[in-house]
Amino acid sequence: MSTLEPLAPPDPAPDPRSETVDASTAARGSGRLSVRAFVRNRRALVGLGIVAVIAAFCFVGPLLYRTDQVTVRLDLADLSPGSAYPLGTDASGYDVLGRLMAGGRSSLELGFAVAFTTSVIGTLYGAVAGYLGGLVDAVMMRVIDTFLAVPGIVLLLMMVSMFTPTLWGIVLLLSLLSWLGAARLVRGEVLTLRTREFVQAARMMGGTGGRIVLRHLVPNAAGVIIVSGTFTIADSILTLSALSFLGLGLPPPHADWGTMLSAGLNSLYDGYWWLVYPPAGILIVTVVAFNLIGDAVHDALDVRLQRR
Amino acid sequence: MAPLLEVRNLTTHIRTRRGVVRAVDDVSFTLEAGETLGLVGESGCGKSMTGLSLMGLLPPGGSLVGGSSVTLDGRELVGLPERELRRVRGNDIAMVFQDPMTALDPTKTIGHQVAEPVLLHRGCTRAEAADRATEVLGLVGLPHPRERLNDYPHQLSGGMRQRVLIAMALAAEPRVLIADEPTTALDVTIQAQILALLADLRTRLSMAMILITHDMGVTAGHTDRVNVMYAGRIAESTGTDRLFRGMRHPYTQSLLASVPRLDQDPDRQLPTIPGLPPDLTAAPAGCRFAERCRYATDRCRAEEPELTGPDSHRYACWHPTSGPLPLGSAVVVPRPAAAPVAVPDRPLLEARDLVREFPVRGNRLPGRGRRVVHALSGVSLTLGPGETFGLVGESGCGKTSLGRLLVGLDRPDAGTVTLDGTDLGRLRGRELRRRRRDLQMMFQDPFSSLDPRMRVGSILREPLQIHGLGSARQQRARVAELLAEVGLPTQGAELYPHEFSGGQRQRIGLARALALTPKLIVADEPVSALDVSVRAQVLNLMNRLQASHGLSYVVISHDLAVVRYLADRIGVMYLGRLVEVGSADDIHLRAAHPYTAGLLKAVPVPDPDLERAKRGSGISGELPSPVDPPSGCRFRTRCPLARERCADEQPVLRLFGAGHTAACHFPLQPPLSDTPAVAATDASGG
Repeated sequence: MSTLEPLAPPDPAPDPRSETVDASTAARGSGRLSVRAFVRNRRALVGLGIVAVIAAFCFVGPLLYRTDQVTVRLDLADLSPGSAYPLGTDASGYDVLGRLMAGGRSSLELGFAVAFTTSVIGTLYGAVAGYLGGLVDAVMMRVIDTFLAVPGIVLLLMMVSMFTPTLWGIVLLLSLLSWLGAARLVRGEVLTLRTREFVQAARMMGGTGGRIVLRHLVPNAAGVIIVSGTFTIADSILTLSALSFLGLGLPPPHADWGTMLSAGLNSLYDGYWWLVYPPAGILIVTVVAFNLIGDAVHDALDVRLQRR
Repeated sequence: MAPLLEVRNLTTHIRTRRGVVRAVDDVSFTLEAGETLGLVGESGCGKSMTGLSLMGLLPPGGSLVGGSSVTLDGRELVGLPERELRRVRGNDIAMVFQDPMTALDPTKTIGHQVAEPVLLHRGCTRAEAADRATEVLGLVGLPHPRERLNDYPHQLSGGMRQRVLIAMALAAEPRVLIADEPTTALDVTIQAQILALLADLRTRLSMAMILITHDMGVTAGHTDRVNVMYAGRIAESTGTDRLFRGMRHPYTQSLLASVPRLDQDPDRQLPTIPGLPPDLTAAPAGCRFAERCRYATDRCRAEEPELTGPDSHRYACWHPTSGPLPLGSAVVVPRPAAAPVAVPDRPLLEARDLVREFPVRGNRLPGRGRRVVHALSGVSLTLGPGETFGLVGESGCGKTSLGRLLVGLDRPDAGTVTLDGTDLGRLRGRELRRRRRDLQMMFQDPFSSLDPRMRVGSILREPLQIHGLGSARQQRARVAELLAEVGLPTQGAELYPHEFSGGQRQRIGLARALALTPKLIVADEPVSALDVSVRAQVLNLMNRLQASHGLSYVVISHDLAVVRYLADRIGVMYLGRLVEVGSADDIHLRAAHPYTAGLLKAVPVPDPDLERAKRGSGISGELPSPVDPPSGCRFRTRCPLARERCADEQPVLRLFGAGHTAACHFPLQPPLSDTPAVAATDASGG
């Protein structure tokens, strides 16, 4: 990476020689420093760029490129890419390009929704367990262990075979499964943070437990929360695709990359490549992009730590 | 005769993302066989990097710049291929590192680690190497070395690990030993033992030694010549005696003056060195010390002085001074208007028979019962308004546990802490939180005591918000006031903690403690993480704030000089008990307990004559485990005066003067009476 670094950037540290501190340096907080390190990281920019493009593709695309994703048109089935259908049509006569957009929407919505709920639940649960410690911590962590002992994918398959899945139903299920990891990570972070002297200082001022958790522990654990949230997005998108691929995903007329992939595989031997490669490619690119961002955030926070 | 080690124009550059750091800049010196050379200076002045450069052990991005030359016995080391250098390292030049906790591999036995350099360099058999390891471990004073060869580092105490590190360095009989802060992580008592050991080994093995340290006291007692380093360069270089009596460089002078000493008048303010060392990525033109130097002129800021001087005394200064400053500055320390009365009618804080025990995890053998660490076993003390009480003792003696009990961060297993007539132990929840206003704490580590994600303004406002004091506008005004009080600019409120230096952060911590106008501040090692020059600033500030706010302090420190400088009364702790309490003068001039006397003797004094005169006396051995403290007097296992009675009977505190008590059967002073001192008398203050 060092070759990408600009040569000797101006030193952002305050001038250590003077007792007076220049007020113009005030804008440089630790947050800004992380942002700076993040932006300097090329992986991060690539990842962010891809996610932005895909989000625009899925949410703005349908407004510009209107397709009918509801009516089955068997007369238009399996058309190869051409001027009318840039990526052809599938076995039901849906436009593949339009379907990619619709499918991406549900994937992204699901990913962000799951990441949000797991981060909130996991953070609060983990921070409370880590801060209180002792017996409370032990009980709360055993609850997590118990949940983790349940094989997730089996539970998911069971639930979706018993009930007709909806997008928000799957969000709920995935959240139930993935907040456990976030809670563990946050608890681990809080365990080290709570021995730091600034936490004791807050107790010395008479701060309540709630204040310490929300004002001191959670902001300082923000790094791990963001990293785990980003990876959760990627994981959720993959899990949804896996479910759909198994035919247990969202029912029609809902579009989904996994369903497209699974349907396309059946006709791969017929030479209908446009049914397989586009959904597979966009799925891989999306997941990789989120992972890039997660990695970059992780590194950016590390850089901040090194600089102290 | 050519010197054993000759360093010429040593220049080390380290490339970082911020630019090139000139960590060592054109350093030249020589080292004769059998000589100890001290490298002294503040952190970041290039002492350690000089040591590492000699060995060719540079950090990533580091390189020796052209012209650098290190010759050992006429053989040039710079530019040697790595293979050849490896043969030199550990064989001809060996190094003792600072931190015995991290410098040993926890997964290998100490026998293996000490034998390793022998195996590497001597090409002998394992059995021979093990014999050699036993021999050197015996040499460094490890008891029963043969039996301990198979011990792992975690089975040894800090002092013993440091001995093992020294044994490792000595195993291949090096000709030059580089000791990088070999005792900084150790208690003064152990420090004295290790330094005596190094001095003894040096004469016996006729090695040359480079002693890297920031401690002027250690320098005074254990070096023959000293190089004072500043900002990567040598500022002054001369014989130790000459340096302490007739230094010419203002930096040396200020450095020495800013160290609090046991034998100085605590009523005089410490002279300080303003500011911080320069950034080595862009060293200033001219003399590097000019910005902090009281004698600096325009010439100093424009032209860089050469390191020259008559005969062997060389210094780089345009306006050399002569000799040390008088002890303490002319400024009298401000004392609270209402000086502590001899017998406070009502003490501010009273602790009575405090007991705190922590259960030991694991190792619970059936039938042996619960094993506990006896952190505090019956400690009583009282503190008047405006008074400073100092707590000293080796690490692990219960100082910090006591401090946490006093401010209510922890609850005692038995005993009470009473603040202004209220028993803190009875307070719960909201009531306790409200009461916390009166008790504040100043922490040791300026890097972890401030929330890195909050601006300084928010940090200082937080206590006010918690207690709902004033409107937002009033709170902001109070923040500005607090910053001004600790000598920081108002704009500082907009910055984050990492943008401040260690000393400045420690001031912010003090400002935060002051925000609630407490009656008592417990300062746990308030300056031990700071450089000497910055220490004096913080100590002076603490004194000034005490005077203007009528604060009481409990100052916890392992550094007797710091406690002596700040405290009115001092309590000496040993293994969870207070063994002696008295006024600062009682403790320093009329110590009654042998432990106090030994502790004082172990403190290095920055005076070569005093320091050399006291060799070989001090406290031997190490602190016993607080899980099984010795019966009777807990100090008896290390006490030179111990007799049978000490094992059978626990000594009680007896009175040795007004407010001076000690718990010893065979005290160094005759007690006033043989009856135990009542707790109320030891409350009376000095």
